[in-house]
Amino acid sequence: MTESKNSFNLMKFLTRYAMVIALVVVFVLFAVLTDGKTVQPQNMSNLLLQQGYVLVLACGMLLCILTGGNIDLSVGSVICLVGGIAAVMVTNMHMPAIPVILLCLVIGLVVGVWQGYWIGYVRIPPFITTLGGMFIFRGLGRMVLDSKTVAIQDPTFLNIFTAYIKIPGLDDSKIKLSPIIVGAAVAIWVLLSTAKSRRDRAKKGYRQNSALADFTKSGIIAALILWYCWMLSQYRGISVMLVWVVAICLIYNFITAKTAFGRYFYAVGGNEKATKLSGINTDKIYFMAYANMGLLAGLCGLLVTARLGSVDGNAGTSYEMDAIGSCFIGGASAYGGSGTVGGVVIGALLLGVINMGMSIMGLPDAWKYVIKGGVLLIAVIFDVVTSRKSGSK
Amino acid sequence: MADVILEMKSITKEFPGVKALDNVNLRVETGEIHALIGENGAGKSTLMNVLSGTYPAGSYTGEIYYEGKLCQFKTQKDSEALGIVIIHQELALIPLLSIGENMFLGNEIKNSMGYIDWDRTYSESERHMRQVGLNESAQTLVKDIGTGKQQLVEIAKAFSKKVKLLILDEPTSSLNDEDAKMLLDLLMEFKKEGLTSIIITHKLNEIIYCADKATIIRDGSTIETLVKGVDEFSEDRIIKGMVGRSMEDRYPVREHNVQPEVNLEVKNWTVHHPLYPERVVDDNISFHIRKGEVVGFSGLQGAGRTELAMSIFGRSYGTGITGELYIGGQKVDLRSPQDAIRRGLAYVTEDRKTNGLILGESIRFNTTLARLDKVCRSGVIDADQEIGVAEQMTKDMGTKTPTIEQRVGNLSGGNQQKALLGKWMFTEPDILIMDEPTRGIDVGAKYEIYCLINQMVAQGKSVMMISSELPELLGMCDRIYVMNEGRLLAELDAKDATQEGIMGYIIRDTNKA
Repeated sequence: MTESKNSFNLMKFLTRYAMVIALVVVFVLFAVLTDGKTVQPQNMSNLLLQQGYVLVLACGMLLCILTGGNIDLSVGSVICLVGGIAAVMVTNMHMPAIPVILLCLVIGLVVGVWQGYWIGYVRIPPFITTLGGMFIFRGLGRMVLDSKTVAIQDPTFLNIFTAYIKIPGLDDSKIKLSPIIVGAAVAIWVLLSTAKSRRDRAKKGYRQNSALADFTKSGIIAALILWYCWMLSQYRGISVMLVWVVAICLIYNFITAKTAFGRYFYAVGGNEKATKLSGINTDKIYFMAYANMGLLAGLCGLLVTARLGSVDGNAGTSYEMDAIGSCFIGGASAYGGSGTVGGVVIGALLLGVINMGMSIMGLPDAWKYVIKGGVLLIAVIFDVVTSRKSGSK
Repeated sequence: MADVILEMKSITKEFPGVKALDNVNLRVETGEIHALIGENGAGKSTLMNVLSGTYPAGSYTGEIYYEGKLCQFKTQKDSEALGIVIIHQELALIPLLSIGENMFLGNEIKNSMGYIDWDRTYSESERHMRQVGLNESAQTLVKDIGTGKQQLVEIAKAFSKKVKLLILDEPTSSLNDEDAKMLLDLLMEFKKEGLTSIIITHKLNEIIYCADKATIIRDGSTIETLVKGVDEFSEDRIIKGMVGRSMEDRYPVREHNVQPEVNLEVKNWTVHHPLYPERVVDDNISFHIRKGEVVGFSGLQGAGRTELAMSIFGRSYGTGITGELYIGGQKVDLRSPQDAIRRGLAYVTEDRKTNGLILGESIRFNTTLARLDKVCRSGVIDADQEIGVAEQMTKDMGTKTPTIEQRVGNLSGGNQQKALLGKWMFTEPDILIMDEPTRGIDVGAKYEIYCLINQMVAQGKSVMMISSELPELLGMCDRIYVMNEGRLLAELDAKDATQEGIMGYIIRDTNKA
């Protein structure tokens, strides 16, 4: 009896954390295959920066997908347009960086509002609307760039997005101290907040997991944070871009998990008619999903431009696919209504580790596509099959 | 014993953690109409899925003998090949294909070249359609015919498969009384020609009307088989078997304490069809509901009752809506469900799966959805408070569930209905519009829903109750409005009203047109 119960729990554990386990397995696999090169501080630091654009886009894409498996195909083109405008204004027209950045964010939002209006209030299918946008904004982007590559070297612009944080006195030596301090603080906070939430739940008499399970989980998270910060401190410290990316992920995690606004996306994707009859303006939810996606695509355009240092007419090509792929690998339902930011982050990291590992191993680009596609398919097949099993109960 | 067409012996079927069927026996003789009855979740549909091969041989224990031979169906195709056809509760027709295409879907008539032979497809289809008395062209799209006729298409489709044993799962649940009677008469007609039918239904009067035998299933086991003419064959007797206790009173007694204040008043309300704006769905309707009053709306399918309710509930249905609406004596203009909810209206839909609940989400999620702001502080959900109110609602409604985190899709029909009611009670309405509040749920759960309705009116709330079950209206309401074809025909005091009286109004009006 106890034995069957234990094996049942193990299965549940495996299906629930399947993607986390996959990430660990893939990570270890590449670490072994590359003789530990992937776990060098430089590569670890670059992993999140390289995947940064995917994470930012995927947070926005998640909201679109939640409304019913709808995607936004135009984000890659919006990156080209916004990045192009930023580079032309700062480099060719010598305009100050900060107003340009604000203007670019507004342009991203306007693009999103444009698409959100058609999708939410006129009910043009999102696939069509954003396919149109994909062509329109790519074309506009190339017009702005005049089909040239425009570099951007304005120090203010780069400082806002890509520089490494340097606090005098802390980050002068070979080992940077600020990441260690931040890491330790966050790790302690994670442990303390677990203890606090357990105490609150106990006080109110709610059911809770065993102390061992809760503290093992938060202990692992704290250890990972510490380890990653240790890696950062051995390289160049904390990048501003990392701060941007982490902040976006935290904000969207908060929105989707804790706010009424975020919950409406799940409701619309779960059953739009019922949601509408519950007094929720579903048109507005669609609108907000795409308006928000435009804003994030704009931000992403700035991040990508700063990181690469230049923009050309092909900037951002197929980035939308990476974002969409991350969402589905991370467990978002292709029919809408389920998916979490945490899952999406795991999905994006899994793609990132595979990308990086294969680059370090020197495999040709062609293989990356095959593996990426395979991973996406396997992840979704796994998801569908396991949820069918538990659903038929 | 050539007479026995089907014998299922000690069927046991287990799902992980649940024994859905426990040693069930069923014996059906050739040429009879055999009713299968039981509360929701008793195992009727599971049993039929075992029979049809939807659950393949090997996934259950026990034996199935069909026409004297032991059968082990691997798929539904295997059972259909022997003439066992099941028609599911949710019709499996594709709206945008023609009747003929639907009838031979997956079973297409091909010519020698391997192409579909459309001439034969349509002529065969029409031949079978005439058999069931359906006078439509086989090229008509399924979406263009009514639910009643769609049901007939399903039966015609069964004939095209050379059916010998027809299984109907809740065939009349979406039909009005008239269409339902026609369908049952048709079954009795076929019986004379030797067709055997198994019919699963909650409507006991239908069983009394047409069935020869009734097998009662309770909690996954066969309780008894009643034979017409041998055993006592009455609704009360069947209910006793279903619930394991006699239910003397199907409607809880209530103090009628209607207060003089009018809570909701509708004047000259006219609604047009959303797709065909020239069609009038509700024509110049005026009515009122007092505090503490249950007001029934009776009528056939398509009488415009649901449309009336939804158009009042923040214009959720229809275009070109005119008329005046007063809540508590004050004139209001409700432009959206938000407005309606804010004004204390709640609409408990007739179709809880499509319009009411988010099946993939938990009871907690569904309970607070319509008034999330009540558990929010500046837009952020207070998780503890939400859990608290969801648990309170679940307790108040008597929803049976292990936890409030249970997905509502996994609940039985009756418990889904209670969860839906809980969701709307959480909005603290003054006026509840309840559209078919007991559709497709079992007798025990119905009684509990009725008790909840009584509690609400005792608190001074008003209930607008739309129901196609006349006994329910007579048992629960203070007043009853009768509607037909978008018009209000009569207003009756429930004390003086009778089923015959109400039907009389409707039939006389239909005949006039």
